[in-house]
Amino acid sequence: MENEVKLVSGAMVALAVATAALVVMPYMEVRDIQPPPGLKPYTSAQLRGREVYIANGCVYCHSQQPRDRNFGPDLARGWGRASVPGDYFYDKPHLLGSMRTGPDLFNIGVRQPSRDWHLGHLYQPRAYVPDSIMPSYPYLFIVKDAKDAESEGEQPLALPPAYGPNVGQVVVPTPQALDLVKYLQGLNHTYPVLPPVPKP
Amino acid sequence: MDSAILSLLGAFLLSIIGLFVFIWSLRRGLLLENSAAASVIFARGEIGRVDDPALADAAHDSMQRAAKEGGIEVHAADAAELQDRIESDRSSAFPVFMFIAFACFWLLVGSLAGLTSSIKLHEPDWLTQQAWLTFGRIRTVHLNAVLYGWITNAALGMILWLLPRLLRTELYGAIWAMLGGALINTGIAAGIGAIAVGWTDGMEYLEIPWQIAIFIFAGFALVILPVLFTLVNRKVEHLYVSVWYMVAALLWIALLFLVGKLPGVHTGVQQATTNWWYGHNVLGLWFTPVSVGAIYYFLPKTIGRPVSSYNLSILGFWTLAFFYGQVGGHHLIGGPVPGWLTTLSIVQSIMMVIPVIAFSINMGGTLKGRMHLARYSPTLRFMMFGGLMYLASSLQGSFEALRSVNQVVHFTHHTVGHAHLGAYGFVTMVLFGAVYFMMPRVLNWEWPYPRLITLHFWLAATGIAIYFVGLSIGGYLQGVAMLDAARPFMDSVTLTAPYLKWRSVGGTLMVLSHIVFVGHFLAMALRFGPTRAGAALFWSNKQQELAHGK
Repeated sequence: MENEVKLVSGAMVALAVATAALVVMPYMEVRDIQPPPGLKPYTSAQLRGREVYIANGCVYCHSQQPRDRNFGPDLARGWGRASVPGDYFYDKPHLLGSMRTGPDLFNIGVRQPSRDWHLGHLYQPRAYVPDSIMPSYPYLFIVKDAKDAESEGEQPLALPPAYGPNVGQVVVPTPQALDLVKYLQGLNHTYPVLPPVPKP
Repeated sequence: MDSAILSLLGAFLLSIIGLFVFIWSLRRGLLLENSAAASVIFARGEIGRVDDPALADAAHDSMQRAAKEGGIEVHAADAAELQDRIESDRSSAFPVFMFIAFACFWLLVGSLAGLTSSIKLHEPDWLTQQAWLTFGRIRTVHLNAVLYGWITNAALGMILWLLPRLLRTELYGAIWAMLGGALINTGIAAGIGAIAVGWTDGMEYLEIPWQIAIFIFAGFALVILPVLFTLVNRKVEHLYVSVWYMVAALLWIALLFLVGKLPGVHTGVQQATTNWWYGHNVLGLWFTPVSVGAIYYFLPKTIGRPVSSYNLSILGFWTLAFFYGQVGGHHLIGGPVPGWLTTLSIVQSIMMVIPVIAFSINMGGTLKGRMHLARYSPTLRFMMFGGLMYLASSLQGSFEALRSVNQVVHFTHHTVGHAHLGAYGFVTMVLFGAVYFMMPRVLNWEWPYPRLITLHFWLAATGIAIYFVGLSIGGYLQGVAMLDAARPFMDSVTLTAPYLKWRSVGGTLMVLSHIVFVGHFLAMALRFGPTRAGAALFWSNKQQELAHGK
């Protein structure tokens, strides 16, 4: 039996050390962090939009963690100051991301505040960024007859002519697309953060 | 003292304690080479006999002749011990077949989803009408299908097959393991369906919603119980090194999954560190130990020679156990996490060189003078390829954790290439080899078309080579472009286009190889193809294995 006990206890100790270092200690370090004064909680529309962002896996190409200037030109690209733990106070789940197949989006709401741009770009990214490899999301939009859309009081997209639907038809966003854009417009972490007050 | 120094000190003390525990556990026989422990995998008199059930009789004989030319003496193996091994194999046959069959199914699903997402990265307007086919979802379907569906199922099947053999006993509670397998695969199917319709927990490697994860965890528990029961009812004194690796890995993955999926506990930045603690440990404490354990069994068994240094293999096990668990933080280098955490992870990532070198020296010593047998044995070919890729991907991973390298390759396709070198070049190739070795014993039937095994190997090896080289170069250039503030971001996108296409070419070869593999597996399971003279084995014909001296 001695070997089995060694095997199981040794394996558990190894895992416990790793868990203490990577799960428990960060938990103790950041649990008391308060949100910065400039950070606003998400509105319910933004939270719904965040769910659309998660459901469609945007995080697999877009990070949300601008880095310090000695780690890359994130600030120079307009992606914002380096993020701090407090910036993520309302983020459940976290969306830090691990790829930059596309640009960082932590401050996309500041860089690109236009609702129309976002809607059109989601419908067909290549209408705005010619070599983009971002997927188009036609399933977040509905193509309708222009007359029907008008009678229903819909607001169709203003697309560049070459990318619009057939003559007499218009593209209208679904509620998911509108919520997603509200979330993207709300991504703004440009408020100042102060370094922690030194202990007396 | 601030908390960072305290926590660093704590981690240091814990590592020292871990080191002492390690020394304590090995104080007996640490400096003695114990070849008895290394020979547990052979029956008395069996050393010197090559063994590859994937080979037909004639090919097996010529492999034995080739081994003899190296001056190996062959004796008659102890018949009673061989009979025990047949009993062991029989007790595990049903659950093993179940897990491997599920694994084959998910391999096809997962690799087709992977190829689809690869093509989508250079054809972004392809298949965009359905939500479930969008890149962000089909890519995640691919990841979950290959990680949980293919690798985890195949690994569980292999563990259940190897343990009774290594412990010289029967598999206790096989029916519970099968029930566990049913729960795990229900969970995987439901989880993949959930991801496809957009219901996800949203964290990499942990996408399966926690409500569904309950099934998977319960399944793991049901597999662990028979394994532990078999372990305490063993009939050998020494626990062979594969047992250490595999039993520990099984316990680790169950706990990792439990902590990672606990709902409502983790938030914000702490959730990110937990995410990568889990994400890297799935590779480090589940896939890697299982595959290393497999090489420690199949490679010596195939060439009929015990592993050259048993103590080195145990050293490899404990260093892996203590260092690998803490490397996950290197995924957050430069991110909004405490500095000590990434530093700790970088240090431990570099420490991982120790178990990798221990493994490689050991395998090199074991194979010395018998490498030519890879020309004959398909199992050995897969194992050698996998072992080499373990060395390559682990060393690459250690260096990728260094800040200077990480700064360039983080956030790029380079990391994706690295992940595939590990999960495919190493783990998947080892699992292929294991399946080729196990299935003739599980089904009592020979592989009907041996040439397909060779075709599979070359398609898969060429595919992963193209995939890895392409993405490594493309990803590196992408990282360099991204760091250059003078170049627009779009440069880093457009320059990767040719490399992303090469990835699809490599991926296509890999998918083709999987179709060959799964087709061959089906032909074997359904008894298609030529009936092999002399090897038409059925359950009643116990003596068949003895007749072959295997």
